[in-house]
Amino acid sequence: MSSTNPRVIPIVAAEAASEVEGEGGWLFEKQKKIYPRSVTGTFANWRWAMVWLTQIVFYGLPWLQWNDRQAVLFDLAARRFYIFGLVLHPQDLVYLAALLIVCAYSLFLFTAVAGRLWCGFTCPQTVYTEIFLWVERRFEGDRIARMRLDEAPWSFNKLWRKAGKQAVWIAIGLWTGFTLVGYFTPVKVLWSEAFTLGFGPWEWFWVLFYGFATYGNAGYLREQVCTYMCPYARFQSAMFDRDTLIVSYDPARGEPRGSRGRKVDPKSKGLGDCIDCGLCVQVCPTGIDIRNGLQYQCIGCASCVDVCNEVMDKMNYERGLIRFATQNGLSNRWSKLQTLKRVLRPRVLVYTTVLALICIGFVVSLALRSPFRVDVVRDRGALARLVDDGAIENVYRLQVMNATEATQHYRVTLEGLDGASITSKAEFEVGAAEARWWPVSVQVPHAATRALGPGAHPLRFRVERLARGDDGSVDVVEKSTFVVPR
Amino acid sequence: MSDFFNSGWSTFIAVATVVSLVACLALLVIASRRKPMANDNTTGHVWDVDLVELNNPLPRWWMVLFVLTVVCGGAYVFLYPGLGSSAGTLNWTSTGQYEAEQKKATNAMAAVYARYVSQPAEVLAKDAGAMGIGERLFVNNCAACHGSDARGSKGFPNLTDNDWLYGGSLETIKETIANGRQGVMPPMAAAVGSAQDVVNVAQYVLSLSGSPHNAIQAAAGREKFIACAACHGVGGKGNQALGAPNLSDKVWLHGWGEEAIVAMVNNGKTNVMPAHASRLTPEQIHVLGAYVWSLSRGASSGP
Repeated sequence: MSSTNPRVIPIVAAEAASEVEGEGGWLFEKQKKIYPRSVTGTFANWRWAMVWLTQIVFYGLPWLQWNDRQAVLFDLAARRFYIFGLVLHPQDLVYLAALLIVCAYSLFLFTAVAGRLWCGFTCPQTVYTEIFLWVERRFEGDRIARMRLDEAPWSFNKLWRKAGKQAVWIAIGLWTGFTLVGYFTPVKVLWSEAFTLGFGPWEWFWVLFYGFATYGNAGYLREQVCTYMCPYARFQSAMFDRDTLIVSYDPARGEPRGSRGRKVDPKSKGLGDCIDCGLCVQVCPTGIDIRNGLQYQCIGCASCVDVCNEVMDKMNYERGLIRFATQNGLSNRWSKLQTLKRVLRPRVLVYTTVLALICIGFVVSLALRSPFRVDVVRDRGALARLVDDGAIENVYRLQVMNATEATQHYRVTLEGLDGASITSKAEFEVGAAEARWWPVSVQVPHAATRALGPGAHPLRFRVERLARGDDGSVDVVEKSTFVVPR
Repeated sequence: MSDFFNSGWSTFIAVATVVSLVACLALLVIASRRKPMANDNTTGHVWDVDLVELNNPLPRWWMVLFVLTVVCGGAYVFLYPGLGSSAGTLNWTSTGQYEAEQKKATNAMAAVYARYVSQPAEVLAKDAGAMGIGERLFVNNCAACHGSDARGSKGFPNLTDNDWLYGGSLETIKETIANGRQGVMPPMAAAVGSAQDVVNVAQYVLSLSGSPHNAIQAAAGREKFIACAACHGVGGKGNQALGAPNLSDKVWLHGWGEEAIVAMVNNGKTNVMPAHASRLTPEQIHVLGAYVWSLSRGASSGP
């Protein structure tokens, strides 16, 4: 705590849900429906930009083509992930780990700097809720109209508005489910299947399940997901500190709140800048009052910032009664510049450095990734065999995984063991994005084995991908042993 | 399910499972009333000067999900094996699921095999797809004994040469794979004669293939070879009807030299190739047989 004795915002208890104050009631309460009022402004524009960006990517990616195939396809049956020019095998799982680490560190970084940016602007829950709310507004109008419609008795007007909204919601949900499955089943095949309703059982399940989840989460559960289900909401406080930019109401400037005319000088009435219009509560998608201070329900969407700034403009007051501010900034009455200076604190610098290092490592290792993998497995049936003239022969299986999308030719050579030679076919081919077991017999003549003596002797297999067209040759070396029996 | 010492354990587990499920629901009902703790909707506890805990109700959908979870648990033990040794109404077993999936895979491949099954070995050997299937079948089912390169080792025949114990036609190879083989060499020491006679016979056998041998002993062993000729033929050429190896070539399945041959005559040997008819479908055996056939003729794209 700083020494300037900051104003402590008192915790205002929510209304008890019990019918009679002080008595116990039913522990489970029905969701109070929240009718967020539509909002325009800088942050709303940002959110819509993110909605467009994320959804163009999500809905659009499966339709892109790359060399006669879908550009992004996760083929689970064949265990190959196609991502533009990349073909990933199960052995490339480390890249998934790296991707998750990058995501985690990005989250730490953004949260340390500016709170729940992810939640407020790019989280699918927020994005789809935004889309579904937009549909709802088209059919039922804004907040007040929606509330009235819900209270009104059923009429033809209410029926067509509700039915139209449901139809569009269900359509969006199904299309979202269809798109998700399109990442795993080629989307064009899926599209042709859709006309005959000829999906496979798992395709049906995922289209309907993901569609229903989208519809249910964005149409009905909405803020409940963020408040009750999402683990991130619970551990975000561990990533905040007193220099994190969070959506904050400035009580020193706003209190005491009260209504007044536009011409009245608030100071003469002993009022702060807050006119208590309640708009910040009406636009809040989680239904909280930001003027009570930071609450765990706040997803940092900054709708209240936008709407309050509009009000301040109308009143000819300075903007920023509700703004992105830090706890230190508010309590020490710092200027914007002083606040922003604290953004580059050690914690943020460490996150940034680590994130940058992981990103660089990720990109570099992807760029240097060998276009094929080799695994050497010694035959287990017999350690070694004696051939006619007293030579010793060992048999190995090379598993060669071709990570390119063309048939490739390979040649095996030996290193590190004098006199060893390959007595089986040393050149072979592996089909596009396939793996093949290739047996290799290695022979060491009698005299050389006597020199080596019994035991296991190290040996290296060099597998060379032969150059073809404009691709150069690539080498991979794998270690193994050659056994000379007693 | 017969994996309990006695049926008492099964009953014990079944009762414990059912009681647990019911207890979950009971807990929900018992704890469903909010107890008033303080008048300001907090629990009344205060930590660190000003930290209080609100006593807010849970969302109703959470309760619905809780009940649904219990219902799912009940449905599970009703349908699947969960209550002690009860099999569940679906009679699901992991073996049954494995067999169903195997069947599904077999059906999925049926169309591919249907094309191959009518084709002779000469055609299949030139078909890269069939040879690819053959290669994978071989690596998974045969390589453990015959080696990944199919050249065998001591006691396990080399499949890449043209020396066949029972014959190298596709039909014979398929029969070998499907029904297995049992190669029996009885101990012949008594029939051959004295220990010296056995040595002489061994030298004679070596002479048949022009391997290094003692000419005098070989000449002495010539007449004693009569005992062997019943199966291996007068010239030691072997007999594919019996699976008797050809002794006049340089393939030594059970070891080379006087010592190995003497041991064989004295002790005999029973060499077994297991039957695979129960592990592989006839179509698989056909393609695999064609692959093995092609190995000895250098016709395939394989190693």
